Amino acid sequence: MTTTTDPHKESFRLSMLIYDTRYRSLTFQAITAVVLALCIWYLGNNLIQNLRAAGLNIAFDFLGDPSGYDINQRLVEYDSQSTHARAALVGLLNTVLVAFLACVTATIFGVIAGVLRLSNNWLVSKLMAGYVEIFRNIPVLIWIIIIFTIMTAVLPGPRAFRGDDPAASMLFSSFAFTNRGVYIPMPWFENGIFASPTMNWLLVLAGFALSWFVAHRINHWATVKQEATGIRPKTLLPLLATWLVPFLVLMLIMGLSWETPELKGFNFRGGIKIGGPLIALWFALSIYTGAFIAENVRAGIQAISKGQTEAAAALGLRPRRVMNLVVLPQALRVIIPPLISQYLNITKNSSLAIAVGYADITATLGGITLNQTGRAIESVLLLMLFYLTASLLISLGMNAYNASVKLKER
Amino acid sequence: MSDQSTNSVAFVAEGTIPPSPPPARETGAVKWLRENLFSNIPNSILTIVSLYVIFLVLKNTMPWMLNGVWTTSSLAQCREVLNGETGACFSVLTERWNQLLYGFKYPVDEYWRPNLALLFMIVAAAPVLFFDLPRKLLIFTAIYPFLAYWLIWGGTIFVPLIALLGFVVAGMVFQTFSKGSFAIGFFGAVIAAFVVWLGGGALIPESASENAFLSSVPSRDLGGFMLNLMLGATCVSLSLPIGIVLALGRQSDMPLIKWVCVIFIEFVRGVPLITLLFVASVMLSYFFPPESTVDLFLRVVIMITMFASAYIAEVIRGGLAALPKGQYEAADSIGLAYPQAMRLIILPQALKISIPGIVNVAVGLFKDTTLVSVISMFDLVGMIRGPILASTEWNGVYWELLGFAALLFFIVCYGISQYSQWLERRLATDHR
Amino acid sequence: MKKSVILGALTVAGLAAGAAAAGTLDDVKARGKLNCGVTTGLVGFAAPDANGNWDGFDVGVCRAVAAAVLGDPTAVEFVPTTGKTRFTALASGEIDMLARNTTWTFSRDVDLKFEFVGVNYYDGQGFMVPKELGVSSAKELDGATVCIQTGTTTELNLADFFRANNISYEPVPIETNAEAQQQYLAGACDVFTTDASGLAATRATFENPGEHAVLPEIISKEPLGPLVRHGDNEWGDVVRWTLNALIASEELGITSANLEEMAKGTNNPEINRMMGTEGSLGEMLGLDADWAKRAIAAGGNYGELFAKNIGEETPVGLARGLNAQWTNGGLLYSPPFR
Repeated sequence: MTTTTDPHKESFRLSMLIYDTRYRSLTFQAITAVVLALCIWYLGNNLIQNLRAAGLNIAFDFLGDPSGYDINQRLVEYDSQSTHARAALVGLLNTVLVAFLACVTATIFGVIAGVLRLSNNWLVSKLMAGYVEIFRNIPVLIWIIIIFTIMTAVLPGPRAFRGDDPAASMLFSSFAFTNRGVYIPMPWFENGIFASPTMNWLLVLAGFALSWFVAHRINHWATVKQEATGIRPKTLLPLLATWLVPFLVLMLIMGLSWETPELKGFNFRGGIKIGGPLIALWFALSIYTGAFIAENVRAGIQAISKGQTEAAAALGLRPRRVMNLVVLPQALRVIIPPLISQYLNITKNSSLAIAVGYADITATLGGITLNQTGRAIESVLLLMLFYLTASLLISLGMNAYNASVKLKER
Repeated sequence: MSDQSTNSVAFVAEGTIPPSPPPARETGAVKWLRENLFSNIPNSILTIVSLYVIFLVLKNTMPWMLNGVWTTSSLAQCREVLNGETGACFSVLTERWNQLLYGFKYPVDEYWRPNLALLFMIVAAAPVLFFDLPRKLLIFTAIYPFLAYWLIWGGTIFVPLIALLGFVVAGMVFQTFSKGSFAIGFFGAVIAAFVVWLGGGALIPESASENAFLSSVPSRDLGGFMLNLMLGATCVSLSLPIGIVLALGRQSDMPLIKWVCVIFIEFVRGVPLITLLFVASVMLSYFFPPESTVDLFLRVVIMITMFASAYIAEVIRGGLAALPKGQYEAADSIGLAYPQAMRLIILPQALKISIPGIVNVAVGLFKDTTLVSVISMFDLVGMIRGPILASTEWNGVYWELLGFAALLFFIVCYGISQYSQWLERRLATDHR
Repeated sequence: MKKSVILGALTVAGLAAGAAAAGTLDDVKARGKLNCGVTTGLVGFAAPDANGNWDGFDVGVCRAVAAAVLGDPTAVEFVPTTGKTRFTALASGEIDMLARNTTWTFSRDVDLKFEFVGVNYYDGQGFMVPKELGVSSAKELDGATVCIQTGTTTELNLADFFRANNISYEPVPIETNAEAQQQYLAGACDVFTTDASGLAATRATFENPGEHAVLPEIISKEPLGPLVRHGDNEWGDVVRWTLNALIASEELGITSANLEEMAKGTNNPEINRMMGTEGSLGEMLGLDADWAKRAIAAGGNYGELFAKNIGEETPVGLARGLNAQWTNGGLLYSPPFR
């Protein structure tokens, strides 16, 4: 096996290719290359033969055809006449949406549980330990199904809101919790400056950006002043004004009002609907991953040696500053890398959306599109490509962070 | 001073006063309560909130659990027995017990085979998990995979025997030649193994499986929790050696090998397991030779093994990186070649450091085996979501079944993670 | 990975289905088992019972083919497939035929390269609603939430129907039938839609079937039938004519009760040809003379299969309707055995 791939070099004995360290690595790499090429050729050849035998081909033009199916949860314009590519985009955005939401809440759950687990309250710390162990040791698929089942079984259907003596009623007459989802009031502008609502919201966002910039300048000015005089000027009021005034003014000018959901026909109409599958998936992913994050947080806090806190106190720092300047930066260095890999896990686990009927990319591109077109190879390849890209982007972010907080050792 | 007689100062105590008992609020349960539950106001609030939460959970689940019905044969009967009261229909568990554990197609008369295989698995795993046990038990561990294969699938005993023989011959060839060069030994062993497998495979008569001692069971008939356990155990044990090779490859200074390993590891870690299972169920068939079909179980094992080995490779890479550089340099300085240094110095230490991480990957992987239910395999979750909930008798029983599945997984995973923590403590003392 | 493939392929040689060189018919004969793709569980059509035995209308077709080819109606390996995996399973040779209430459509026949050998059930997509909603026509469903089982033509028909009638709806795609039911019963959707036969089968498992009504509209044509791979015509003929034998035997009055008698020879030449006492139809198919007799013996003729699994006497309770013989005003019309 080895000799067939060796180049003929008369000046060397063939055995040198194995025994001589100068050439050995070349030999091994040559063998690897040949084996790899053989594998790829073998698999590729099989694929071509199988496809030919079945009379199929690999082509991506099905993405341009009308998809023919509807999606209930969509962040961009879409209907059954849109293309399969568009359906994949809708799914992609839905994946990003649920992953983002779950990352935020999982972090909140995890930090609370992690800190409480270190609490000196015996009951609370045991309770949190129980939460962590129960959620970590049961598969996430089972959690997703359980939580979805709880949602459907426990929350009332819209029918329960109907009639003179309804079995369920809306919270503050504007929030409706049903097993199809949660309906909340939607803010809108009566006399917006622009015609399209999106532009109006962008305007509000621009207002915030402006506030942020001004606040930043004020802080900078205060720091300069402090360095010059030793006294930090009071900035609380100006800062508050900077944040609130532009926002309030915009809201007043454009006439903010709320559209509340109302039961019409079969469903609630109006307001914002957060679909049941989204909530179930979001909550299941957050509470499951939260258990893992809690462990990371606990490990991070415990990793900071007590000497650090004591040394900071000995320098005369107040407890708040000890936390901000000494403990947190060091704990975060320990917490953040595993935290980001948990974010990665959330993104990947969101593919279990198909168990609850949430239209993420696995359910659109890898589900209905695959079923309807029969283009299994193409769909699965595209699906993997998407997740791979997302993972690589998150990893890049993590590496950049690791490099920036790396201990500068001399 | 000396004339101070004992009589003149009457109030001087003659002995020490016996210590009085501490105040009630500083002893026993009260003290414990005060320190651990009610030390300050926020703590007290937390305690009360927690107690309330526990109360709520118990109040809602206890009547349901305690009032459970265990002996009916369908949901309708169970509802009749309950007569409108709250109560669980645990009878679905007793009635479908075998289906939940073994799937709906494994022959009932043969249940002793997977049971025995499970028992043997515990015996085989023991010497790996607990270092104090006699090393000779490892021989059984080495034989176990072949034994388990034969027990579960049945059929002719020649298939596992020849597979085992291939490994034995490979080991002997390796022993003989690796003294000269590791590479020759290694490749010689691989070739020898293939010769044995191919030759032996040709010798097995076609009809050997038909009247074998254990009747053969097609892998499509495997199911239930047994399938989860089998997938977990098989894939973790297969992925360990592959993971070690990948980790070493990633650290290699040969660029081609390094990049092949890096691309493989990052690719597999970058995609969700479910897409790999889609590959197994809808794509992989196209990559096998046209005239053959490989059954779904094997395709799934291949994909999950790939998945697990990438994660294990990363854990072991961490272990390799955690070793002090001095270990590598020391190995070099006494003139050990790379394979020797790895085998004798580096890997034993690196693997030891990595064991907790590997156990974590194993637990995660075991939980992930439930995903096969999405590609129409009837594992525990698949059985619940498919045949049991679709049946006329048990259509509508969710909590009992899901709770049972959760409980089974919890017992196994919690057990393994407790072991991992025990091991971590033990390894930690070894280093001091 | 490479190593595990080869090692696996070797050690699992016993598990892996054997070589598939010449044609499916020869493979099946060599293997001694028919690999038949069915659904993962739909009462009446294909579902495993508590002992793991498959039972149902589609299962009956599989068993008839196995009986015709192998002489043993139990020599069938049932491969449960989902909407996603069924076509790959067939295309890659994992299964020999698919009998999984699959709709015969142009693109499946032409683009996906399958061959539908006939129709064993004429179906159409319908809607089921709780009676308390007071809906009497699907056109009143404006704004309703609709539960669909994914992986079928159902999604497309639904989108077309609501678009054509210019009303809106919210689809809730669900992976398995059991979960779709759960959603529907909990009121998370107003309407459950699938093939009318599936609706009846699903309703049969409800606690109170009487509280749910199937709407009169049938919004699509769903001819369901067994299919095989394109390009293997011998095998396609075997499955096609086994199905036709089941249908024709009902028309000709052959039942499992009088089968033996009929096989002895009758005055009707067509029966004789089918039973193998006249002519050599079996030989032409590559089977022996009494192939059709065995196929009918496996579970009875079409009518008996229907009555036993999904007929009005069963919990599914379907009327023959379109699936009656053409002589009774239905669509079943087997080409002559000649």
